[in-house]
Amino acid sequence: MKTMDASQTVLKAEARALNFFYGQAQALHAVSLPVYDRCVTALIGPSGCGKTTYLRCLNRMHDLYPGNRYEGEVMLYPDRVNIVGPEVDPIEVRMRIGMVFQKPNPFPKSIYENVAYGLRIRNLSNKRDLDAVVERALREAALWGEVKDRLQASAMNLSGGQQQRLCIARALATSPELLLFDEPTSALDPTATSRIEELVAELKQKVAIVMVTHNMQQAARISDYTAFMYEGRVVEYDRTETIFTNPSVKLTEDYITGRFG
Amino acid sequence: MTPIQRKIARHKSLDRFFAFEGLTVMIVALLVLLALVGQLMFDGLTRLSWQFLTSFPSRFPAQAGIVSAWVGTILVMLVTALAAIPLGVGAAIYLEEYAPNNWATELIEINIANLAGVPSIVYGLMALGLLVYQFHLGQSFLTAGLTLGMLILPMVIIATREAIRSVPPYVREAAYALGATKWQTVRDHVVPYSMGSILTGMILALSRAVGETAPLITVGALSFIAFLPHPPWQEAFPFVSFEWLFDPFTVMPIQMFNWVSRPQEEFHVNAAAAGLILLAMTLAMNAVAIVIRARFRKRIHW
Repeated sequence: MKTMDASQTVLKAEARALNFFYGQAQALHAVSLPVYDRCVTALIGPSGCGKTTYLRCLNRMHDLYPGNRYEGEVMLYPDRVNIVGPEVDPIEVRMRIGMVFQKPNPFPKSIYENVAYGLRIRNLSNKRDLDAVVERALREAALWGEVKDRLQASAMNLSGGQQQRLCIARALATSPELLLFDEPTSALDPTATSRIEELVAELKQKVAIVMVTHNMQQAARISDYTAFMYEGRVVEYDRTETIFTNPSVKLTEDYITGRFG
Repeated sequence: MTPIQRKIARHKSLDRFFAFEGLTVMIVALLVLLALVGQLMFDGLTRLSWQFLTSFPSRFPAQAGIVSAWVGTILVMLVTALAAIPLGVGAAIYLEEYAPNNWATELIEINIANLAGVPSIVYGLMALGLLVYQFHLGQSFLTAGLTLGMLILPMVIIATREAIRSVPPYVREAAYALGATKWQTVRDHVVPYSMGSILTGMILALSRAVGETAPLITVGALSFIAFLPHPPWQEAFPFVSFEWLFDPFTVMPIQMFNWVSRPQEEFHVNAAAAGLILLAMTLAMNAVAIVIRARFRKRIHW
């Protein structure tokens, strides 16, 4: 099934005893999780278990709102920087780590400008370079064929599935080291969902992926590692086959077999 | 009829009643407006002529005109817009996107909401003390524009904040997730996407300012100005001139007020004609706003 060679087990990021607080409320309790390069790590668990909260720690999204606080560390490799450290600029973290959201959220601009925006805020304005990157990103997001003749059309006229692939292209344009997906298919129909899943399988050849999903079949289909979270803690983390076929914790088994959640 | 059908029938008759009531109220409101405009047209239409638009005020009603008044209104509006819009939009962006959530911000917000309800004559008194006596700006276009600018500033701030708030948070997050700074997010997304609503607010505010009389009388508007202000250009470098800012001013509503308060019937006709022109100016402003808004909103829908 899923074969692993040595290159697939390089550590890309690792949370170590990460606590996270929304004001006074603690949402994550001592979360420790590795993220391997060129692998998909799935986060599963019932609503409110902290999987999205953890995902948003990885690109410091929580810094946008007042009163949020991190404790512990998330190391990013190879340069071993603690990306939740207060001395690290969240903007720098977000420039290295891309994110795709639950609901497709393209900018109400042209398809081209959506993909090019990440480059524009990095002060890239050479038309030739931009064109090349936009084409590369749209090809990687399997959208180029559908939009190459209407790059100047508004992104809002695309279908939901196309919009989500556009958002993936937008994230890919800046060549992130790590890509975060927050339930990327929950607003999409089955056809669009399977296209995104195929895309994720493609993308992991190049980049580390962490994906939150509500859909356990999806986690089983496309991830290499799975973490089961419950009430702000990681209950179990293992190779995906192991989690789904032979979990070692009773709670994991109960969740996977649909006894709760 | 079954009980449930009876229930539905009763709900539907309430529905019809409300539709009828709404229609009636709307028709009454429109009729009142029509009657006012009709009266104005009946009184003033015959007086409208090229001569009326291009003549200075005069003690002879048939020779009097409104050129200094409409030029004055346009120039005062220009100063008002240039003073209130950058300040108001900037303040709104600060309050929505940058200001920390604390008591100082809260205090500022409450004050702005209250300022929007302060009677305009109070602004006139404030401007008289501050701009005329303290800053010695004179009874000038600059003073008039700044006075009306202060008057509409809270409206501009409130309208802009509403517009900014209507940009969904997930669009901001999309920009931040790419590594955008706050300023880049505001400049490239928040402001462009809310521009249509911001402009609507600006025009509504300016439409209010264009009819204001009381604060301008307070800061010393003249009602008899038989000359035009200095032109905003000059022969020598730098070719633009700001001398007009310090010229004495009048505006349309003040000219009207002056004519209405005279005993001669012919001046009342002049006032009605000037009212028509003022109405047309306001409508033109609104038309421009609608066109601009349509252009901005064409590509943006959530």
